[in-house]
Amino acid sequence: MFYSLGRYILLLRLSFRKPEKFSVYWAEIMREMVSQGIGSLGIVAIISVFIGAVATIQTAFQLVSDLIPKTVVGGITRDSTILEFSPTITALVLAGRIGSSIASQIGTMRVTEQIDALEIMGVNAPGYLISPKVITGVTMIPLLVIVSVALGLGGGYLACAASNSVTTADYIAGLSDGFNPVIVTVCAVKAIVFGFIITSICCYQGFYTRGGALEVGQSATKGVVFSCIMILFADLVISELLL
Amino acid sequence: MIQIEDIYKSFGSNEVLKGITAEFKPGKNNLIIGSSGSGKTTLLKCIVGLHEPTSGDVLYDKENFTLMHFEGRVPIRKQIGMLFQNSALFDSMTVEENIIFPLNLFTNMSRGEKLDRANFCLERVNLAGKNHLYPSELSGGMKKRVGIARAISMQPKYLFVDEPNSGLDPMTSILIDDLISEITQDFQTTTVIVTHDMNSVMGIGDHILFLHNGEKWWEGSNHQIAHTDNKELNAFVFASKFMQAAREKL
Repeated sequence: MFYSLGRYILLLRLSFRKPEKFSVYWAEIMREMVSQGIGSLGIVAIISVFIGAVATIQTAFQLVSDLIPKTVVGGITRDSTILEFSPTITALVLAGRIGSSIASQIGTMRVTEQIDALEIMGVNAPGYLISPKVITGVTMIPLLVIVSVALGLGGGYLACAASNSVTTADYIAGLSDGFNPVIVTVCAVKAIVFGFIITSICCYQGFYTRGGALEVGQSATKGVVFSCIMILFADLVISELLL
Repeated sequence: MIQIEDIYKSFGSNEVLKGITAEFKPGKNNLIIGSSGSGKTTLLKCIVGLHEPTSGDVLYDKENFTLMHFEGRVPIRKQIGMLFQNSALFDSMTVEENIIFPLNLFTNMSRGEKLDRANFCLERVNLAGKNHLYPSELSGGMKKRVGIARAISMQPKYLFVDEPNSGLDPMTSILIDDLISEITQDFQTTTVIVTHDMNSVMGIGDHILFLHNGEKWWEGSNHQIAHTDNKELNAFVFASKFMQAAREKL
């Protein structure tokens, strides 16, 4: 475990060396942003709307007492979406979508000697392959989480409109009722940390792939599993520290 | 010129290379031959820095490559071109982008100059007009030729070739051998080729290094190889009945 941790840290250190040519790295970052960001928008949108809607319906179902105002449903949906559902569930889904893609892409490059070809040319292979992906992860995943929050709250609104449990007016009033800005900070910190975890762990797993097609698949699986575990662990630590 | 001095390489307790010393001169096709598992590719990887030797030195024009750190090696690596066994072309890039890639990173050439260079390299390997194809659209022989075009794009002083004929038909193999030989002559590169293809050995082997069980077993030229009395080398070179018959006619 300590061997892997040390190798992971050394790989990250190599990844953030001075680039050979900034313009080439910048082009790679832009390409990754389209791939990771735009490419994940559809799946993030779908899960966010459904999660927001389900959270609203289930909260309304549990708050049946006449002593509790219906606006509370909007407040609880808002807090749970911003604090937990959007950053964490989006990150877990993205670990599967982006993480497996990164690990298998870099793993395939390793087993087909493309990484050796980069090194022979004098290119800092970790820098060229990993840094654009990590930079993209820590910028695009927070943006996707913002989209997820907006769509999740929108999903809650649609659920209210479609059912009779809470009126849309109560829901909207609840969204702004007792708002504590710290939850946005927590959400942003989680999104950035999760973005780093997904991209760096999956890059690490791909970069040290040895063997052939079977091992590339194993690297992708390991990358996703370790990312998910680390996301949940980081979620706990950030919540404990910031709330 | 490349000199390797007393190279040892072990993987755990498995000693793959055992004190190999040799010299590879410019303008010559230097072949490293040997049976599977004899340490040919490991030696090549030690020379280019993909493996670190357990002990010994690799010198590029008297500069000790083994002692250099990553940054120190970059100027030498810019002078190295390498063709890999499976070509190792970047899948996500077209033929043209593959060839231009090192130029983008290490030169300040304009877009037009880079395209001219890419077209020149493609013409050199008889693939003019194939600029916009992806590696998945190429045959094995075409991939090798694009690999050569990429390797020569930076006008290398040192050219390394790993199993250039693996998976190719005899005609294409001869074409690739001739191409490598022409490039070596035209650009006076120090070319090191790892192979176990006997057509290559007899056809272009100006200087041949025969490895056996990780040791340098024999050294000479393709003219000398037919008349050697080295038992292991003879067993390797004249393994087929065709080669045995050819030897009898010599």
